Amino acid sequence: MTEEIIIAGFGGQGVLSMGKILAYSGIMQDQEVSWFPSYGPEMRGGTANVTVILSDDRISSPVLNLYDTAIILNQQSLDKFESKVKPGGTLLYDPNGIIKEPARTDIKIYKIDATQMAAEKGQPKIFNMIVLGAFLKAKPIVKMENVKKGLEKSLPERHHKLIPMNLAALEMGEEALVEVQ
Amino acid sequence: MGELRLMKGNEVIAEAAIRCGCDAYFGYPITPQSEVMETLMARMPWEETGMVVLQAESEVAAINMMYGGASAGRKVMTSSSSPGISLMSEGISYMAGAELPGVVVNVQRGGPGLGTIQPSQADYLQATKGGGHGDYRLIVLAPSSVQEMNDFVDLAFELSFKYRNPAMILTDGVIGQMMEKVELSDFKPRWTDEEVERLNGSWAATGKKPNRERAIKTSLELVAEKQEIINQGFQAKYKKMQEEEVRYEMIHCDDAEYIIVAFGVSARISQKAVDLLREQGHKVGLFRPITLYPFPSKIINQMADKVKGFLSVEMNSGQMIEDILLAVSGKTKVDHFGRMGGVIATPGEVVDAMLTKLIGG
Repeated sequence: MTEEIIIAGFGGQGVLSMGKILAYSGIMQDQEVSWFPSYGPEMRGGTANVTVILSDDRISSPVLNLYDTAIILNQQSLDKFESKVKPGGTLLYDPNGIIKEPARTDIKIYKIDATQMAAEKGQPKIFNMIVLGAFLKAKPIVKMENVKKGLEKSLPERHHKLIPMNLAALEMGEEALVEVQ
Repeated sequence: MGELRLMKGNEVIAEAAIRCGCDAYFGYPITPQSEVMETLMARMPWEETGMVVLQAESEVAAINMMYGGASAGRKVMTSSSSPGISLMSEGISYMAGAELPGVVVNVQRGGPGLGTIQPSQADYLQATKGGGHGDYRLIVLAPSSVQEMNDFVDLAFELSFKYRNPAMILTDGVIGQMMEKVELSDFKPRWTDEEVERLNGSWAATGKKPNRERAIKTSLELVAEKQEIINQGFQAKYKKMQEEEVRYEMIHCDDAEYIIVAFGVSARISQKAVDLLREQGHKVGLFRPITLYPFPSKIINQMADKVKGFLSVEMNSGQMIEDILLAVSGKTKVDHFGRMGGVIATPGEVVDAMLTKLIGG
């Protein structure tokens, strides 16, 4: 199994940390992982993306031009990465702020209204975990128990009290996933 | 098995330095490698192993602090990115001239000048052919994974002390910034004063002993005939490196008709391209030089008898291709594909380059 994923959105949405938790979850189930961020003069409000690969085999390129899955969190990223999903691949997006819906017909498309859900809960910071939960519902490539272990590993001990809140957010995402096509 | 972690390449360089018993790190921040010193400062190894971590006032100061630490027979390290390495080049030349060990890490970014902060491999020629002045060589190691960032710190120190010559880990912004699973090395204690005396006392400035002359670490020799003898000694040393220290990796080269030669992150990207080309039925292999100096010329020359062509894939305008052309000596076709200025080539682009430049052409 090899899953090549791009996660793309605004800086400050938790794109990089979502990728990191996913990568740690892969390690927890003995997979090879790579995590490569777009880095540079980026800031809150600018675009941010990260390529995450989980595989049973040694990973070759950490940099890709086509992806199995694109997790898209703003319009700019949809414009940039919709065409980069492999035929038969998966696109998951948050419709908040999307004015031009994805148009591909040869891929699976899912929606998660995570911005809205996090705002209703009054907890904007759980946004990325809602998205991750939705992704893992659409593509259960790592077991939830390993995501929990991944959270424990990637969060410093002083933040471990936040783990239950994050697990609840993952569940919210799993339940709220909408299959578009 | 050692400790498994998910870490950035830059963070691993710092952790590996502490774990291999490095005595001192001197550096100056620059993107994309600032995490090296940040990690060291956060880890506070001076409380754990006694290792010194110092932010110098400039790269020039950092490399000259290296000169001092190395002269005392200690394991010293610095890291920077391309423009910073240029500033250090004078000091590196002095260290090579004074036969001092030490490890310099270059997390390359695009140039020339201040260039960009995005990844690049444009410092190949600088690293392997000099950079500083004079007839000297660096031992140059090119990691292509976060794991090798860990492994090569210890290896670079080992080789640099074995040959009393500075060693460079030549990496790039991708490997520095990416996170992968890494098995960290076990802790090695720093050398005690007695161990430094026993291992390096013959040349290092460890204090004047009754049985030997004062150790004056200098690269200055005003008598041309004497300087030439020193140069001949260096050349003998470099020849020994070429005979004993060449390292490389071959993937799918056994039945290959065409071979991609690539190092660092380009080798990873090219490995994916090799897989894609093989799916299309093309017999393509990957040859990855691990030591860029000494360069694996002999094995490339041997392979040139059997293959229809080599493609050098580098994130520059074509630098390593010069060494490949020398090694191949006209026996077969050699071409180059590269992106410049901080643009990272994709596996798809490498596939297209192989098809249009060699297989189809």
